[in-house]
Amino acid sequence: MSSFAGVDIGSRSIELVLVDAAGQILQQMQADTGFDPMAEAKRMLAEVEYQQIMATGYGRNLFEISFDATTVTEIKAHACGARACFPTAETVLDIGGQDSKAIALFPNGKVKKFEMNDRCAAGTGKFLEIMAKALGFSLSEFSEQALAATSDINISSMCTVFAESEVTSLIGRGQSRQAIARGLHQSVVRRVKTMLNRVSTEGDIVFTGGVANNACMVQFLAETLQRQILVPPQPQFIGAYGAALLAAGL
Amino acid sequence: MSEQYQKMWTELGLDLKAHDALLGVLSEAYQKIFMAQDNRPQAMSYFDFVMSEVHGLRIKELLDEKAAGRKIIGSYCVFVPEEIALAANATLIGLCTGADFATEEVEKYLPRNTCALIKSAFGFKLGRVCPYLETTDMVVGENTCDGKKKAYESFKEIINNLYVMDLPQVKSANGKALLKAEYVRFKEAVEQLTGVKVTVESLKAAIKLVNAKRAAMLRLYQLRAADPAPISGLDALLANQVFFYDNPERFTASVNKICDELEQRIKENTGAFPAKLPRILVSGCPQAMPNWKLPAIIETSGAVIVGEESCVGERGVRNLVDGSGDSVDEMLDAIVERYFQVDCAIFTPNCDRLQHIEQMAKAYHADGVIHYGLQFCTPYLMESMPVQKALEQKNIPCLRIETDYSMEDMGQLKTRVEAFIEQLK
Repeated sequence: MSSFAGVDIGSRSIELVLVDAAGQILQQMQADTGFDPMAEAKRMLAEVEYQQIMATGYGRNLFEISFDATTVTEIKAHACGARACFPTAETVLDIGGQDSKAIALFPNGKVKKFEMNDRCAAGTGKFLEIMAKALGFSLSEFSEQALAATSDINISSMCTVFAESEVTSLIGRGQSRQAIARGLHQSVVRRVKTMLNRVSTEGDIVFTGGVANNACMVQFLAETLQRQILVPPQPQFIGAYGAALLAAGL
Repeated sequence: MSEQYQKMWTELGLDLKAHDALLGVLSEAYQKIFMAQDNRPQAMSYFDFVMSEVHGLRIKELLDEKAAGRKIIGSYCVFVPEEIALAANATLIGLCTGADFATEEVEKYLPRNTCALIKSAFGFKLGRVCPYLETTDMVVGENTCDGKKKAYESFKEIINNLYVMDLPQVKSANGKALLKAEYVRFKEAVEQLTGVKVTVESLKAAIKLVNAKRAAMLRLYQLRAADPAPISGLDALLANQVFFYDNPERFTASVNKICDELEQRIKENTGAFPAKLPRILVSGCPQAMPNWKLPAIIETSGAVIVGEESCVGERGVRNLVDGSGDSVDEMLDAIVERYFQVDCAIFTPNCDRLQHIEQMAKAYHADGVIHYGLQFCTPYLMESMPVQKALEQKNIPCLRIETDYSMEDMGQLKTRVEAFIEQLK
């Protein structure tokens, strides 16, 4: 059976998805990017067989050279993967480790417009990860506790370093961890909202990337934007899935 | 080239060690970015030579001119009229502003959040690495954006030959009168510097010389409308950057020679890139030598740049001066008329620029526009949003980029540019 691979070399993790000629998922794997992403990718690829491979993610160009592969940007890969899950979606939000992207699509699925966060980690998975740690929560606790909070605290810093010291001083003043967690999620939502509104203002939003696993983010986004947020199963694989579909010519 | 020019550079007061390092980086970047291109026009070899001697032979020529009694005037802006300088026996050159240098020293004079171009002007002086600046008898600072006009107040502390030119911000009758008054004052200042009066003949000749230089660049731009693109955007930008340094007659002849070759290419249906590649118009802030970051990313990502809507580009050379006047004053009016049309973002409102972007996109068959904004450049960053909106209403895709001279955002820029190119396919 012919199979096609998509590999997404992100800043935090590498995902590999294999699909058949019809685009059905055959296999998927994930590993930490670590300090030697090419070695990690090589290790993952040794376990599978494929006819064509397409690379995406920040490490795609390095991968292209090392593995003689073709590449596609995360923007097109996420757009393609998101449309495969939700065929009529015209807005995609991808929040990964170090990047967030808002993508508007034409009705035929082609990318119409996109916005990316600028060079700092504000509004990304890394920001949430560092803040969870500052509060002493695991990632899943962080989201659950934020949802359970009954009061709001406004976090004004978007810079990761400043926000971390803001959190420390809030803890020092005896504020509840739940409320701080809620405020941090809200601050990312505010950031994302500006980006999303620049590309599209109505219709459902497909939310992809690792941060889409965060139930609190999903709920707050839906409430703030008053738009339906659609999360594909295992949203962290959508970039690699899209790349695999493109490798298969789908 | 270092050895033979050591003495000259030392006499100019350069920091030889830092200067060597700069030339090393410059030469490496030039090899990697320019020499690595395929299918370059043969006539670009002239510019390769110019670049290899950019701090050598050309400086020697300027020093020879000085020895023969001419004066050298440096400028940071296309509003400084070269015609007037030439007519009063002075040579006008554009000064270095395209790379970060001596940043720590610079930040003793300028806030960190200052645009890279302004910082660069200070960096080249404080680092003592710009032989052009050290050759000048007069440096013209012009009141364009707030950043530049306030920076010149501090620049006075570190150079001793600064002349500040005021510029209008509104295209009104008053604005034009201000420009005229400033050009008359500049003429008098240059005459005083050189001891040579501007005459009808000398001004007419100067207008002719600069018109020919601009016409050659305009000819080059128009040839880029062809598909396949006969010349890369990088090479065309390079020609435009050299425009500010080179001897005008030689430059004009060299650009026309390239144009002859490009015309031949177009006849033969060959180009610097394959046909049907996505075509990009770059619009926004000037890309001063050696700032090649964005065009290098674009042209190694599967697209070709077919025009620059920029001061180092068509905005800077569009429109010629009517040199038919019978008196100096009449010709000065014609010069004012020409320069007053420059659609720099310091003007409010600046509607002509949007029209020009649309015209250029159409004329050069661009599939999309990349708006290039330098971080902290308020005028162009402010304009980028309405420009994007207006272009999108006409179904011209537009990507807004905000960056500086550092390399830390290369990965993100590449992703944005590649995604934009995917969008155009």
